[in-house]
Amino acid sequence: MDRYTKTAMLLHWLVAILIIAAFLLGLTMVDIKGITPTKLKYYSWHKWLGVTVLLLAVARALWRAKHTPPPHPAHMPAWQNKAADAVHYLLYFFIFAVPLSGYLYSLAAGVPVVYLGVWHMPVLFEGTPELKAFFKPIHYWLNMTMAVFVIAHVGAALKHHFIDRDGVLKRMLP
Amino acid sequence: MKQHVLLASLLGLSLAAGAAVLKTDAAKSSVSATFKQMNVPVESKFRKHNIVIDYNDKSPEASKATVEIDTASLDLGDVDMNKEVAKKEWFNSSQFPKATFTSTSIKSAGAGKLTVTGKLTIKGKAADVSFPLSVKADGKNQVFDGALPIKRLAFNIGEGEWKDTGMVADEVTIKFHVIAAQ
Repeated sequence: MDRYTKTAMLLHWLVAILIIAAFLLGLTMVDIKGITPTKLKYYSWHKWLGVTVLLLAVARALWRAKHTPPPHPAHMPAWQNKAADAVHYLLYFFIFAVPLSGYLYSLAAGVPVVYLGVWHMPVLFEGTPELKAFFKPIHYWLNMTMAVFVIAHVGAALKHHFIDRDGVLKRMLP
Repeated sequence: MKQHVLLASLLGLSLAAGAAVLKTDAAKSSVSATFKQMNVPVESKFRKHNIVIDYNDKSPEASKATVEIDTASLDLGDVDMNKEVAKKEWFNSSQFPKATFTSTSIKSAGAGKLTVTGKLTIKGKAADVSFPLSVKADGKNQVFDGALPIKRLAFNIGEGEWKDTGMVADEVTIKFHVIAAQ
């Protein structure tokens, strides 16, 4: 069976690890009461993880544009092929939309993003309490919706591996 | 009544010195603090301030200025942060509600430029400071702009775990923008 390229695997697993880390860190940091140095550190790290995901998302989209992924196994019904393609495109959408919404949310809150404490990312507009309140639920719900599709994606991969035993997951394993 | 007498005597004093107390437009004037938090620039404004400038544009040496700010009024754009800065580790606003600057000398430093020297007191610690202040006339108003860089740790601002300057930089710039009518 055709496998994904090494580059595709590397990008896939890096993004997977980073979005899970950023997601969990996001949930952890907002639960810290008041203001503490740890909380501020977590916010910065969360943003750095998000920007890294965004940069990797660009790399992935460029790689994907030039490389066709291995075809679906012959035994899969058409609806499953369509569902798998749809989830994959949605996940591509989320790895752009989630970090972008976070970046805009930070700007809306009047806090510029300084990637790794070094790169001052563009301040596209001035933050206001109204914009902050506008972007907060967008960032939150994009994340939660992404989580649903990540679970569907992982669930499908595990079903292929343990129930169908068709080698679909192995194509993405080094 | 008492206030009137006080005002009259103040006016008398300033007239005697050849200067006049300007009417500060508190709404248009601002006192802000800018600093870096993990290299992210943060701008914050003190919402409550009382700025008194006794100014003589013909002879700036006769001028005087006092600035008083409510330390608990610092607005960082976030409710939790605003609560945090009033705490003991930062401004300790319950014990030190005001931070003050009182000029001891104002000298001309060229056209539209002044050098202001005076005593800055924050959190019960006083320091002699000097900073450049620009002044320009705008209609019947005088517009003053100045920036005073300080080190927050010299005033014990940010104690305990907040002493870490990798988290919040030691350098803080206090900016004054004052609009006052003759």
